[in-house]
Order: sequence, then structure tokens, then C-alpha cells
Amino acid sequence: MATIGTVSGVIANMVTLVVDGPVAQNEICYISIGDEKLMAEVIKVVGANVYVQVFESTRGLKIGAKAEFTGHMLEVTLGPGMLSHNYDGLQNDLDKMDGVFLRRGQYTFPLDKKRKWHFVPLVKAGDVVGESAWLGQVEENFQPLKIMVPFELKGKFKIKSIAPEGDYAIYDTVAVITDDNGNEHNVNMVQKWPVKKAMTNYRLKPRPFKLLETGVRVIDTVNPIVEGGTGFIPGPFGTGKTVLQHAISKQAEADIVIMAACGERANEVVEIFTEFPELVDPHTGRKLMERTIIIANTSNMPVAAREASVYTAMTIAEYYRAMGLKVLLMADSTSRWAQALREMSNRMEELPGPDAFPMDLSAIISNFYGRAGYVELYNGKTGSITFIGTVSPAGGNLKEPVTENTKKVARCFYALEQERADKKRYPAVNPIESYSKYLEYPEFKEYIDSRINSEWLDKVNEIKTRLQRGKEIAEQINILGDDGVPVDYHVVFWKSELIDFVVLQQDAFDEIDAVTPLERQEEILDEVIDICHTDFDFDNFVEVMDYFKRMINVCKQMNYSPYKSDKYYEYKRQLADLVAEKRINNK
Amino acid sequence: MAAKAFQKIYTKINQITKATCALKATGVGNDELATVNGKLAQVVKMVGDEVTLQVFEGTEGIPTNAEVVFLGKSPTLKVSEQLAGRFFNAFGEPIDGGPEIEGTEVEIGGPSVNPVRRKQPSELIATGIAGIDLNNTLVSGQKIPFFADPDQPFNQVMANVAMRAQTDKIILGGMGMTNDDYLYFKNVFSNAGALDRIVSFVNTTENPPVERLLIPDMALTAAEYFAVEKNEKVLVLLTDMTSYADALAIVSNRMDQIPSKDSMPGSLYSDLAKIYEKAVQFPSGGSITIIAVTTLSGGDITHAVPDNTGYITEGQLFLRRDSDIGKVIVDPFRSLSRLKQLVAGKKTRKDHPQVMNAAVRLYADAANAKTKLENGFDLTDYDERTLAFAKDYSGRLLAIDVNLNTTEMLDVTWGLFKKYFRKEEVNIKKEFVDEYWK
Repeated sequence: MATIGTVSGVIANMVTLVVDGPVAQNEICYISIGDEKLMAEVIKVVGANVYVQVFESTRGLKIGAKAEFTGHMLEVTLGPGMLSHNYDGLQNDLDKMDGVFLRRGQYTFPLDKKRKWHFVPLVKAGDVVGESAWLGQVEENFQPLKIMVPFELKGKFKIKSIAPEGDYAIYDTVAVITDDNGNEHNVNMVQKWPVKKAMTNYRLKPRPFKLLETGVRVIDTVNPIVEGGTGFIPGPFGTGKTVLQHAISKQAEADIVIMAACGERANEVVEIFTEFPELVDPHTGRKLMERTIIIANTSNMPVAAREASVYTAMTIAEYYRAMGLKVLLMADSTSRWAQALREMSNRMEELPGPDAFPMDLSAIISNFYGRAGYVELYNGKTGSITFIGTVSPAGGNLKEPVTENTKKVARCFYALEQERADKKRYPAVNPIESYSKYLEYPEFKEYIDSRINSEWLDKVNEIKTRLQRGKEIAEQINILGDDGVPVDYHVVFWKSELIDFVVLQQDAFDEIDAVTPLERQEEILDEVIDICHTDFDFDNFVEVMDYFKRMINVCKQMNYSPYKSDKYYEYKRQLADLVAEKRINNK
Repeated sequence: MAAKAFQKIYTKINQITKATCALKATGVGNDELATVNGKLAQVVKMVGDEVTLQVFEGTEGIPTNAEVVFLGKSPTLKVSEQLAGRFFNAFGEPIDGGPEIEGTEVEIGGPSVNPVRRKQPSELIATGIAGIDLNNTLVSGQKIPFFADPDQPFNQVMANVAMRAQTDKIILGGMGMTNDDYLYFKNVFSNAGALDRIVSFVNTTENPPVERLLIPDMALTAAEYFAVEKNEKVLVLLTDMTSYADALAIVSNRMDQIPSKDSMPGSLYSDLAKIYEKAVQFPSGGSITIIAVTTLSGGDITHAVPDNTGYITEGQLFLRRDSDIGKVIVDPFRSLSRLKQLVAGKKTRKDHPQVMNAAVRLYADAANAKTKLENGFDLTDYDERTLAFAKDYSGRLLAIDVNLNTTEMLDVTWGLFKKYFRKEEVNIKKEFVDEYWK
């Protein structure tokens, strides 16, 4: 019989219950208030007193109200039919809800029980398969989705029967399997999984090494991220975190994109709802929305559900990874998630850590980032979850607990900088502070050598050095004045400006410039490096400045022109003429 | 709000602090309203049969045998067309001497809009101020604050914006407003003959601070009525949100909560977001746009209130006194409207985004030149030209007394480009240069 609790205290969304039976940590219960039922999760147990966080507003809740425990943790329902859907943090389908306003206690089923899927078996009766094995396949939005052995089952299974190719609904039995003990299990297309438990149904988790193309030059060229890699984007407000995140999610070369809008602005989610169905995936030519799932827990939605939303998103990503797909997971913003943890910890009167965040914040963040990664499945296929989180540091100060703890675990760091944003140098990623640890991986170098060319990494390192040098010279010029440094210094400085304007800066709102395919990035980098290696002849610094400004102007026009169009070649020719104008001919 | 005959009256208060009192009571709901010797209070905490009430007016003079009556509802506002043209206090009671409002009683601080039911904001809100329309274009359904020092004329600018913007209703939520500013708004509204489309909820510095906590929810409940029921375009002005946050800090302090940054409660982000996220474009055509004021102390935007606000709102507007022209301008560097790209170049002329960026970049070059000048270095010809441009740009476009339409603003900017620069120095797409460089 289900355990029943009675409300004995209410402080905002933290409720204490007196229970009459066993309860588990993180177990879900429903508190009745009139004819509404409020979902809540156990966060602390002291004797018969159970503390729960309620995922909804507790307005009007009275002492003595009854709560029914469900016997399971917060879990998601996984199956075909999730792509292009919009869920809240608890995986309720937002489109299925009635009315303009969210109603308290309204829970909607995330999948479609009636829709038929065309099932193609991948095994035959008599086969013996392992855990999480692929039994069949259905197609959703042109993605091959696998129907797998239920994840909670361990060991070997004999296929007793498998449905023939045909159309089935999600709860139809498509296979019957027998486990080692001779028990039979009916398998349908639906899996359930508790969100706070990492899925480990893979054989190996090797170091990731394959470049994940995003079309954003400051990432792909300068600090690349890889399939199964982790990265984070901290930045004060107004520095373009969301624009950068959206650009990555639009352009990245991934099979599935999951966006967790965690405690952020609702209008940003609306932007995705509005634009993604129109926009085209540059890699497949299909509509972006077809590969996207949105988990929207905006800042005005209940705080506890905000905490759950990132886990919901991660669990859905793990489900697709188990099918051998490339998943990109974006969470905006992990700081809001940490703040949700802080609010609860505060209400439970726990002793606070730095900035009143809970003491275990560091462990929570690293466990979460640890769930991403590139894996080799039991059947030898690979899948990946690339995770990029944004961080909203209080006051733009990177020495705060969320940023510091994230820095320990994420391998790519894209530091957005107020100063660059003020100068409208977008994306405002600081080229000197930011890094990608993957550049140091020998596996990555090997991969890049074959995918692009063997000089690529040296060139990337050279532009980084040049940017650093340019910054140093800018400081010297500030102190000594334009006349106080040799003309050569100005040339070096302006070469770094050229890199900044042509490679780093990119107009996310221009149709052409917004996305640069890798092939074009290679050409831009080569072009810029060639100019950097050219010696020029100048009489004074004013000449240097004017000359490079003209050059930057031509390069920018080139970036705005469609790749390999007539206009593009015209600017390329203009650039060549311009370079020839001041080049010292050492022939 | 008089007690009804059958209601139970409690007369034993166990604990009194400056803002709260606690008593034993049963059958009480969370967030429920009560009166304590006639003063309004709200349930904020229940542990067993011990109920803690937050008394809005403060607990001065409350005796331990005060009469406590629970009202069985959370705070409400009566909404109808009759709200238009009226002034109310934080409890939604008229303060203009007029009659009580008749209408539907709705709970304030109601549920959020389902994000999938929102529409993307796409209507330009023109204010005539180039610092806003040109560089930081506002869009209906947007939420944006002025970040300003207390001595800056933010209330005047806001009143100007409200009068010029084409909206159906304007709702003013005044928190900790000085009586003078309250009378200023009242005057501006009456003189413009706009009183019939304005609703005001005002808590002045003469009222108890904790009452302010109700103002935004009251104002936004009224806004939702006009935007949802009447499909109207509603502009909500909230001044000053820092006073609101201060009131939050007082209450959380009295309830012994552990403060986070700058003595503000750890839930500040969620508390502010709940208010600002009421800004919305409804599919049926109605919209709520919020323009707020967050006063800064000494221009510090890293303080918890402006910082959290910046992460919630869709941009911010900074005012600054420009000593070169002796006027207050909208600072182009630190101001930002995140939704501007939804209308700039789409609802305005197509060269808008590039012209805006080029002008700001040149203005930034002028700032660098100025630094050079102050450090005693020689200026180049280019530096001199940027400085001259900056002065002109500031006076003719950024100053808050400008009143132009966006096409005029763009033409003025092109004129300045041509006057001070060469084509390659402005770095704009060639097709626009060909068309507008005249």
C-alpha cells in the first residue's frame, strides 16, 4: 500500500509531511489541495518528518492536507515521439496544456499513445542479446531511433519473439525476451528512467577527439569543441551568451539537439519556437526543429522544477546516446540551477558554503558534467553527448562558486567579456583567456591532421600568439603614445586586429556570416596567416592604420558574401591587389 | 475587509517582530490574508499549528491580544474598465477620493503564461528618443529597466516615453516613490489629457515599506486584465524596483533567512523574474511591456539588485550626463535592448542595424581618442574627426530631449558619417553605402 503523508508545515515551496510508512530519498509524492495534485520530491527525512520540495506554487495549502507517495523517484518517459516537442522541467508536454496560462497541478503525458510507428526488427527469435541491446528501429523525423532492451534489465536475454516489420503504437509489445533466470519480459517502445541517476549502459568512455563543427569561427578555429566534449560559457549579462548558444545549437553538426532553458527568459524560448521550425539545418537541409527538443523551465516557473529540468534534459540525451546518436545538450543557465539548489538549501536551514550556495555544489556540478561524453556502446557503435552550459556569474565576477566549480570539470572555456561586448566585438569571447583543452589531445591532433591539414594546429597557435602580442602592444601604445613605439609595432598590432576582425568577429544576425563551414574557415585562416607573414613597407603609423582599416573592410565584405560567389571572388581579388600595394618584394 | 459573522477570531499572539507576528491557528492556507487589529497581513510560514504572518504596515502598536481574523483568500484586485483613470494604494484601494471599483475579484500574482502560448514580440515601440529607438529599440512584450543613479531624471524620461509610446493603457506601479514624484506623474498624465488610459498603484515613501511588495503584482494583475480580456497593448511602468528589493530584504531578514550577496535574499532572482516575466506578447494581440527603474548606488551594476535584474530583463538603459554637450544622454555603450533585432531593419529601414553599429563603434573610437588626449598624447587626424563626430552625435541623437522618427534618425546619422569620415572608415555593407551615402 502506498505511503500517505500529512502536511505539518509550509514555508514557500518547502513542505513538511508526517508519514505513516516507508519513503525513499528523492521519492515523488502528490499533495492534494482541493482537486489539484501538487507534485513534490523528498529532499530530507528526519524520523517520521519528511521534507519535500513542491514543484508548484503552494498557495492555499493547509496543514493536514494529504499526500500520496508513488514509490519511485522523479523519472522521465522515453520513447519515439519526443523530437520537436516542448517540455517543461518535469517533461510535461507544454503544447498539450489548455489555456494561455499554466494551471497548477496540470500534468500531461510526454508521448503520443495512439500514433503508429513503422517498426523494423533488428534481431530475430532465438538471438541472444546483452543489456540495452537494439531490438528494432523506428524512424522519427528522418532519425533512426532504436527500440532497446529495457535499461533496468541486466544480463543476457534470449529473444523469444519479435514483432514483424509493421506499424505499432508505443505501448504495443514488439518483443518478448527471456532473461537468465527464465523470466519473460514484454518489451514495448517506452522506457522509464530516474533523472538523477546516470545511465551507464555503454562499454567504454574513451577520450573524445572528433571535432564538432559549429560554424562559429571563434570556436571551431580558435578553441574547438569535440563530439562528447564539455564546455561552458560564462559571461556577465549583455555579453551575448544566449546569442552564442543559439548560434551553436542552430549550426552544430549533431543528430539531436536538446536545449534546456533553465530559469532563463521566456522570450528566448519563444525565439526558438518561432525560428527553429523555419530555419534549415545546414548539414542535412531539414528543418532545425525536427532534430530539436526544448526543455523550457523559464525563470517564472517554479524553482524546484528548474532544478529538475537540467536532469530531465540530460536523461533524454543519454537515451539518444544509447542509440548511437550524436547529441548536443545546451543548458542556459547552470547558474539558475545552482540558485535553485541554494534556495532549497536555505529553506532547509543547512549551513551555507561560499556565497550561501550549498556545500556540495562542487560535487553536484562535476557529477552532472560527468554524465556527458563520447561512448562506445556494447555493440561497438559510438554515441556522444556534447554538453555546453552557460554560467551567469553574479556581477560578472568569475571568482564565484558556480564558475570556479564548473571550470574544474568543463574542458572548453569560452569567457565572454564585457569590454569586447561594449566595443561591439561579437561574439565577445575573450581570445586570450578562453581555452580548449582538446587542442592538447594527441588524438585530436591526429584527427585534425587528416580532416583538415597538418599545418592547421600550428596556424591556430600562431594566431593565438599574435593576439596576445597585439594586446601587449596595445597596452604599450596606451602608455607611450602612438609615437612612442616603432612603426613595426603598429604593424604587429594591426595584424592582430586583422585576426580579430576577420576570424574572431562574426555577425550572428547576417545570413551569410552567421555560419562559416569548416572549408571556408580553412580558407579564411590561410588568407589571414599569409597576410600576417607578409612584410609591408610603411613610413609612419597613420599609414599603417589607414592601410589595415581598408584591408579589414575588404575582408569583412568578403565574409558577408556567399562563399565562392562572384562577389566573393571580386573581394578576394581586391584583397590581393591591396596586399600587393604595400608588400615588400624580396624576390 | 470587515470580519464576517462566522469567522473565527484569534486573540493570542505569541511572537512579534518588526514585520511579522506568530500565533496558533488552524485551517489556514499558505499565502492567505488576515487582519491583525485591522492591519492587513499575509501567511508566510506554517509549522504545525503555529502560523507566521507578515504584517504589511509594520507591527507598531500590535498588542499580544490583537484580534486576528483570517480572510480565506490571498491578496486580490477587483478588475474592470473602471480601473482606468484611477489611483490606488498597494492594497488596490482608491486613494483619489473616488468610489470603490466594481468588477471581478482576481488573485494577484497569478500563474505564468505557458511559454508555447507566447508570441514572439515584433511590434516596435517608438519613443522619439534616438538613444532608445536608434540604438536600443524597444519592442512590445519586452521588459527593460533604466539603470540610473538616484539623481538622474529617470522618472521624467519614463513619463516622456509613456506619453509618446502608442499604447492603449499605461499602468504605473510606484514603489517608495517620493510624494513629489507621485504628483509629477499625476500632473504629466492629467496635462496630457491621458488620464483615462492610465491606472496607478502607488506606495510613497510615506507608506510602510513592506506594503510595496504588493505593488508590482497589483499593477501586473490590472495589466493582464486589459491585455488578456480586452486585447489591449499595455505599458507597465515600475519605479523603483530597488525599493522593492529592499523591502524583500527586510522581510527575509525578519524571518531569519540566510542572506546571500549584498544582504539580499537568496531567492532574489526568482522573486524579480516572477514580476518581469509577466511581460508578454499574447497571441490574441494584447501585450504587456514593462519599463522599470532600478536605482544604483554609485553606478555599481555588480550590486545584487541590478545584477540579477540584468540577467532577467531584455536589456537595460543607462542614463549619463555628457559633459561635452551638457545634457543627459542614453549611454550607447552600456545600454542594450536584446529584442532590437526583432524590429531593427525589419520594421524600420533595412540599413538600421549596420548604421547603429557603425555609429557606436565610431563613438567608441572617440572615447579612445579622448583617453589619449587626457593622457597628453598627440591626436591623429582620425582621432580629431571622431571627437568632432562624437560631440555632434551626442547632441543630435543621444540626448534625451531628441524627438525624431527612426527614418530621420538614420538620415541624421548618415549625414554625420559623411561629414566626418570616409566610406571605408565606417565599415558598412556596400549596398547601403551606395544607397544612403549622399
